[in-house]
Formats: sequence, C-alpha cells, structure tokens
Amino acid sequence: MSTAARTTLSRADGATATLRPGDGALRRAIRAGLPPLLLVAALLGLWEIYVDAGSDSSFVLPAPHSIAAAMWDNAGLLAANLRPTAEEVGLGILLALLIGFALAVVIHLSPLLRRAVYPLAVGSQAVPIAVIAPLLVFWWGFGMAPKLVVIVVICFFPVLVTTVDGLAAVDPDQLKLLRTLDASRWQAFRFAELPAALPAALSGARIALAVGVIGAYIAESQTATSGVHAGLGHEINADLTALQTPRAYAAAVVLFGFAIACFHALGLAERRLAPWSARPRGDAG
Amino acid sequence: MATELKAPPAPSPPDAATGEGVLVENVSRTYSQRGGPGVQALCEVSVRAHGGELLAVVGPSGCGKSTLLELICGLQRPDGGSIVCPPAVLMPQHDLLLPWLSAVDNAALALRIARLPREQARRRAAALFEELGLDGFQDARPAELSGGMRQRVAFLRTLLSGKPVLCLDEPFGALDAITRGEMQAWLSQALAREPRTVVLVTHDVEEAILLADRVAILSARPGRVLEQLEVSAPRPRARTDGAVIALRERALGVLKLGAPPLGGGA
Repeated sequence: MSTAARTTLSRADGATATLRPGDGALRRAIRAGLPPLLLVAALLGLWEIYVDAGSDSSFVLPAPHSIAAAMWDNAGLLAANLRPTAEEVGLGILLALLIGFALAVVIHLSPLLRRAVYPLAVGSQAVPIAVIAPLLVFWWGFGMAPKLVVIVVICFFPVLVTTVDGLAAVDPDQLKLLRTLDASRWQAFRFAELPAALPAALSGARIALAVGVIGAYIAESQTATSGVHAGLGHEINADLTALQTPRAYAAAVVLFGFAIACFHALGLAERRLAPWSARPRGDAG
Repeated sequence: MATELKAPPAPSPPDAATGEGVLVENVSRTYSQRGGPGVQALCEVSVRAHGGELLAVVGPSGCGKSTLLELICGLQRPDGGSIVCPPAVLMPQHDLLLPWLSAVDNAALALRIARLPREQARRRAAALFEELGLDGFQDARPAELSGGMRQRVAFLRTLLSGKPVLCLDEPFGALDAITRGEMQAWLSQALAREPRTVVLVTHDVEEAILLADRVAILSARPGRVLEQLEVSAPRPRARTDGAVIALRERALGVLKLGAPPLGGGA
C-alpha cells in the first residue's frame, strides 16, 4: 500500500521529485556538519582573541592563524608523518579487535580461563608503557612492531570488555530454544552468540580508537625510531623540544582530524557488518 | 519407539506425526534453594496427550507450567515420576527470532542446525510460508514484522524442527486481544495441515478450550492437577458456542476453588 502511495506522489510532481535525492543529501550533510563547524569556529575565535590579548608566549600557546600557517607551510612534512602513524593505528586497532574478540570468546566459553585471564587483562591496563618500552625495543628493534604492540596493549581492552558483555547478554531462553532444536554448543555459539557479540565488539573498537590515537603517540614517544618520517607523535615531540610550537600544534590538529575520520569509518563499518543493531527495533504495538 | 521418530528433521508426514503421544505420570519437581527449603514447582502431576492431540495446561502464574514444558522437552529432569514422550521442541514465550536473519532464515534455523545446506533449508522453509498463508514475508527482518507475524515465524521454526511434539509456552501471551484471536484461528488451521502432538501452556481458559482436545487445570504453586476436561466440541469453535461457554465457566469455577484463600499465608 505504501509503495503504491509513493508512486502516485512522485507521478504528481515528477520534475521536482527527480531533483530531490541530491538536494536532500546536501541538506542533510549541511545539517549534520554545521553544528560542529560552528562550535569549532567559535572556539577558534575565542582562542585567537585570547592569544592576541598577549597574555602568553607564542611558544606556549600559538594563535590559530599561526597554526594554520604552520599547517600550510609543512603540509608535505605532516602528510609524510601521518602515514606511519595512520598505519600503526589502523593495523593496531585491527589487531586489537581480533585479539580482544578472541580473548572474549575464550573467556566466555571457559569459566576456568575467565578466572585465569580476566584479572591479567585488567592488570595489563595499569602497567605504564614506559616500563615495558625498552623490552619491546630490545626484542623488536626500531620498526613498527613494538609500536603495534603498545597500541594493541592499550586498545584490546575495551574490545574485550564490550564483547564479553555482548556474549553474556544473549537471552538464556534463546539458548534453551537452540538446545531443543538439537544445536551443539558450537552451533549455539555460531548461530546466536557470535552475531550478537559482533556489534558489541565494534562499539568496543570505537572506544579503542579514541585511546588508540593517543596510544600511537605514546608508542612513538616511548620507542625510538630510525628513519626520517617517524610519525606525528615523534614529530610533535621533536617540535616541542625545538620550540617549534605552531608545528607541534599543526601535527596535533592532523591527529585530531584523523581520529574523527577513523571513528566515522568504524561507524560505517558497523552499519555494514551489523545493520540490525543500527536499525531502531520495530515495535509490536 | 521413540527413536523411530527421532531421525528425520523434515516435517514428518501426518501419519507419523500422530504416532505417539505424551504421557506424564506423577511428576514432581522441586528447585533447591541455597540455605532454605526447596521450592516445589510441581507436585505429582499426571497429564497425557494422545498422538495428534492438543493438550492445554492452564493455571495461575507461577504454577509450574513452564517447568512442565521444560521437563517434557528434556531441558530438566523430574525429581519423581516418569515422562514418556518422543522428542519435543520448545517454543518459548518470546519469539526469540534472531534479528540478523530474515524471516525465512529464522524459520529454517532447525534445518541449518541439522546441517542442511542453506539454500535447501531456505526452500523448505519458504514452501511452508506459502502453505500457511505467510507468502511474501520470507525476506522481512524480524524488526519489520508485527508481533503476530513474529509469533507465526517462531511457530514455523518450531514446526520445521521435525519433532513430533510441540511445546508452546504462552505463545500469544504478549499479543493484543484481536491479534490473539486471529492467531488462535491460524494455529488451528496450521495444525490441521501439519498435525502434531501439542502441549500448550496458557493462563487464558478460553484460549485453552477453543484450541484443545483436553485441558488440564493446575493449582497455584506447587502445581497439582485440579481437574482434566475433555473438549469434544466440533471445530472450528467460537467463543460464543454454548459448549465452549459451559466448559469455560466450569474451568473458571475449578480454578477459583483451587485458589488459596484470601489472607492465607504462603
């Protein structure tokens, strides 16, 4: 019935209807993008006024316009440094997702391993990276591997916790039903628990991403790197030491934008991989 | 005899499905409670359903109706008494459809568990959709279906398990009165086409009498059988039929007598 109604509507004013999709998409994009842009503009304005009032040294707090200039002047350098950092974060989150998910499954299926593994996982989050960084470098050198380890250590935990909760949230009646349908433990896991845990794991990955970018900074600060372009974290530290504060801020802005882009990319992935969890639940009434 | 019926996960042909009934004799079940006396859910309950019959179990909430179904399905063991019955499948109170599967894939779940290839399982389930008047809903996701439709899909999933005994736990409890009436009619038709032995738990006396061949009335906890009624009125039955009204009043009278006196202790 609703499709019939829709067809007659579009026939009534066919010309405008053909224009509508692109128009609507643009309007939606503006409506979604405008509030954060306005907020950023207002904050930047306040920042500029504060710095121009001359209270702080530009070494401590550069004005937005000088940060923008530093971004423009160093675009090539920043892009070259974004690349290794983006690779670390991307690969690190992927590994953290896999490891966190696998650990969650193990913990879910075995009460013994739950008792053994869970406290260690919690404790791992309290260990300062600086303590293990020398060991990581000793084992794996100056390449990407030790940085990946740092990011994974920081990022697997949110995935682990959300996935364990997602697996445990399956209705016990659902499992009873599957038992009367003669499902094995493995089949109950494959048909009911695994898909139920997928959106939970992906939300965990989004939380992990927020800490993953700062994790990359920590990793680059704590483990030395050979090579010219060693990543944005490394660049920030070098610039701060050399009193190139605007450039350090410019690098931080790139990290900022990168984190937001990744967050949205994961949101898109979640909608693709688990469309049922994004859709509002239909009501019986 | 029970093993004969166990083998095929396919919807059994009608003659095989009517082969065996459910016999529950003197069954008791007590749940142990830490640091206290156990809670007795069922006390020496005896009910039976011949092959192809629909047995309705009615009683106040908490009378152990769901426990009885889980015992019949083999999810729990009785503390005393015996249960003789071919393999049974449970249809729980909530539809419990998997939100990431389409309606037809949900219905075909038992076939997939029996390791049928996906396409074959789908075709079998889709054929049943057509047969039972649900054609066109195969590809809908559970979130797009109404409550009544979801229960129908859940019932198809139960049917397609191929087990000769269906245990339905308050299948229409969450539906509004009109949908409920439609569902009762639909269930009668579906069972006429795909006969099975059915144990239906409900708190609705009228629903029990409209659908069942026999009705067992349970008391409040611990559940005991207060009375068993045979319903021989011809089908389809209407709530206004004289026989239905008479049986309903009788059943309600029995329930009232069995209820604990007001102000009485636990």
